[in-house]
Amino acid sequence: MTESDSILRRIIDHKNRANPYPLYAELRETPVYHDADGPYVISHYYDILSLLHDPRVSSDARNLASTANDPLAGSEQEEPAALPPGFLRLDPPEHDRLRRITNRPFGPPHSPRRVDGMRGELDEIVKDLIDGITDPDNVDLVEQVSYPFPVTVICRLLGVPREDEARFHVWADTLAASLDPAPGDDLEERNQVTQAARMELGMYLAGLIEERHKNPKDDMLSQLAAGYGQDETMTTMELLSTSALLLIAGHETTVNLITNGMLTLLRHPEYLEKLREDPGLAAPLVEELLRYEPPVQLVPQRSTLADIEVHGVTIPKGSSLWLVLAAGNRDPQRFPDPDRFDPYRKDIEHLGLGSGIHSCFGAPLARLEAQLALSELARRLENPRLLEDPPPYRQNAVLRGPRHLHVACDGIRA
Amino acid sequence: MHDSTLEQLKRSGRIVVVGASLAGLRAAETLREKGFTGTLTMIGDEPHQPYDRPPLSKQVLLGRSPAEHTALPRRRDIDAEWRLGSAATGLDMAARRVRLADGDEVPYDRLLIATGVRARPWPHPAEAELDGVFVLRTRDDGAALARRMADGPRRVLVIGAGFTGSEIASACRERRLDVTVAERGDAPLVGALGGVVGAVAAELQRENGVDLRTGVMVTGLEGDSAGRVRCAHLSDGSTIEAEIVVVSLGATRNTEWLAGSGLGAGPRGIACDAGCRAFDIRGIVTDDIYVAGDVARSPHPLFGYQFLSLEHWGNAVSQAETAAHNMLSESTERRPHIWVPAFWSTQFGVNIKSVGVPSMGTEIVISQGSRAERRFTGVYGYQGRVIGAVTFDNARWLPFYEKLIETTAPFPPTFDNVDRRPEGRQAMPADFPDPSVPTHGPTVTLSGYSPADRRMTFTPGR
Ligand SMILES: Cc1cc2nc3c(=O)[nH]c(=O)nc-3n(C[C@H](O)[C@H](O)[C@H](O)COP(=O)(O)OP(=O)(O)OC[C@H]3O[C@@H](n4cnc5c(N)ncnc54)[C@H](O)[C@@H]3O)c2cc1C
Repeated sequence: MTESDSILRRIIDHKNRANPYPLYAELRETPVYHDADGPYVISHYYDILSLLHDPRVSSDARNLASTANDPLAGSEQEEPAALPPGFLRLDPPEHDRLRRITNRPFGPPHSPRRVDGMRGELDEIVKDLIDGITDPDNVDLVEQVSYPFPVTVICRLLGVPREDEARFHVWADTLAASLDPAPGDDLEERNQVTQAARMELGMYLAGLIEERHKNPKDDMLSQLAAGYGQDETMTTMELLSTSALLLIAGHETTVNLITNGMLTLLRHPEYLEKLREDPGLAAPLVEELLRYEPPVQLVPQRSTLADIEVHGVTIPKGSSLWLVLAAGNRDPQRFPDPDRFDPYRKDIEHLGLGSGIHSCFGAPLARLEAQLALSELARRLENPRLLEDPPPYRQNAVLRGPRHLHVACDGIRA
Repeated sequence: MHDSTLEQLKRSGRIVVVGASLAGLRAAETLREKGFTGTLTMIGDEPHQPYDRPPLSKQVLLGRSPAEHTALPRRRDIDAEWRLGSAATGLDMAARRVRLADGDEVPYDRLLIATGVRARPWPHPAEAELDGVFVLRTRDDGAALARRMADGPRRVLVIGAGFTGSEIASACRERRLDVTVAERGDAPLVGALGGVVGAVAAELQRENGVDLRTGVMVTGLEGDSAGRVRCAHLSDGSTIEAEIVVVSLGATRNTEWLAGSGLGAGPRGIACDAGCRAFDIRGIVTDDIYVAGDVARSPHPLFGYQFLSLEHWGNAVSQAETAAHNMLSESTERRPHIWVPAFWSTQFGVNIKSVGVPSMGTEIVISQGSRAERRFTGVYGYQGRVIGAVTFDNARWLPFYEKLIETTAPFPPTFDNVDRRPEGRQAMPADFPDPSVPTHGPTVTLSGYSPADRRMTFTPGR
């Protein structure tokens, strides 16, 4: 095994999770990194951006040539039973149709005020969570705020009963783990666990949707189930996989955005102070966070439908492609002084939420959640200090974030 | 060699901008951003602060936002002397002075001309004067037309189905007004996008209840005794009763005020080099007069160095920024304005975008999606290369096609891609009207040699 051969493994290796950025810098030295049967790995900003808009790149797992020999290939290509893929893993026209229908109850033009209309409710949820902090000497921000917050929100948005939230967490955790390209141990076993979780989740959702058909409420599940009486409606299976997708995306990304955000702010207390003085800083600050510490570090699920030339290298048709968003976000050819966290940066068009047709569906909600949570935490935690730096990280290299974030503070302001 | 006069210009020079709209404002902001601290004079014949035009045919006609709410957002304070409501009427290049309608003269060290275009009026002056006959270019036009539409007229007639005409028709339908569109070509948008895509636009209009008449010309407008427009006569012998007539026959460049000045200005615009410096009538580039926006025509290397005039919002912004940069730069630091043309329009609920110069294309391929679904990408080919692209509700792919244009990729594209249907493997004639017959609204005008000439061929670098 050569030195360069091991870089993907090193990126995936949990012991490098706390700071993968030097590895990304190393990766950028080979703009199109490819080794043996492995994926083609893209790490430069402009290359990633153009591939995200390239119709010769597919998100549909069915287009991937066999990766049987690829030790790094994730486990989730084969999921025969359970649910069909959500629109994240589909190409147009199916992708467009499902995303369009899903968007009707969620965003403009049909529901322009859905997200902003939740502001008051979101505010209250964060406040309650922070009120619930009893021991300021040792707060785990993940457990107490950044995890329960988005989870509660997505459950409310979809219309999942409160009492069922706990069951959801288990399924969502399992499914998020299946996105990790580094199966820690037994692939076979993880596959089975993943499938079982998808199955159970599907059945649970089917029950809820059935219920909403009979008694529609003011939630997204009801609206999706009702289909707006248009000629475009989802089949039941599509509805299930779409709601599963929303649920998992709603669980596992914003959590990391908020946690990474607090971690970054605690490491740069001057900005924590500035945010406290000026809540208006929250919006640009969250954008800089999406650049500096993106919750989705890489997109490992694309494949090429034709030979594509990138940076002078021809990537053959049928290849697996990894787009390392987090590496592109710190590409010095795109951002001056990219390793510096600077919420006052003007030119900040990051890849943190992707781009092109698969760009983050929940972006407006994620942004709002992170802005609210961070400014509220900044305002209320009195003199917060990190108890452990770096904090312990979760296994996942794709959805990267701390498992716990222990801080001590002098008190919780009212 | 360092130019000390440049330093002086930056510090205490006089820069005059004629045309206080999109291009003028963005140029002024850029000048200040680049450290220009001298006097800046903004001359505009309209009485309003700079405002945005695209919302006029979109939000304003729908009654979603009043015309007064279209003011352009300011990127920064420009600390200018505003001469609004006063037209520039002449230019003395030797004395470096701009003459105003009120007789005043404003001296300059550097001049930026951004006078844009105006709507082409109905050709019969008496008929054009009838009450109820409109054009749509200015904020006042927008406000007046919107007010009339709100009164619930029995029928609106739109003459000309270019982008603006089609957007007006769309707004009428959204307000549930009966509307007839009369178009000389065979389909809406045919001048800008050709017949293949025009046919989709035609279906879109008809499906949305527009009474679309193609292949006809309006030959005359008739008023009642009170001087209100009553009906229009068409070349096919029919008559259309309408309370509102919107004349949407394209635009005329605002260059008359430069007549006799010695600047290379005429009905096709003001010729300038790729760095936005105006040519004089001898074809010699000036060093103190710059041009930007709809009124400019400049050579573009990607399109055979032909002179292009673009009526595109994005072009106005980018050209203004380039002009401002170059005004304050040493010759070696100047940059070319080689923007890839890009345009958008929304009508009948569809988001239409284009890049490149579709109207130069001779062939088209539907590379993604399908026309039947009104969701597709059309790629235009010219002499074996990709020259333009258009999307209907498919805009997120557009940067890819832009890159194909920039890299002079071969046409037709042969590669596989997502959402490619069987119909998309076959190139077909793009079906543009004969270029010698002017159309009302191509938004990109080739104002250099005719595209039919083959005086130059493009040789892509390797
Ligand atoms: C209804 C409408 C919808 C549009 N929609 C789109 C769209 O969807 N997408 C798109 O890309 N583009 C669109 N456009 C085009 C876009 O608005 C123009 O490209 C843009 O306004 C050009 O800016 P400009 O500053 O060059 O010219 P203009 O905006 O035309 O400004 C020129 C200004 O100079 C003034 N002027 C003229 N002569 C003189 C003089 N002698 N002295 C002083 N002042 C003078 C004019 O009155 C005017 O205020 C639309 C235009 C209209 C009218």
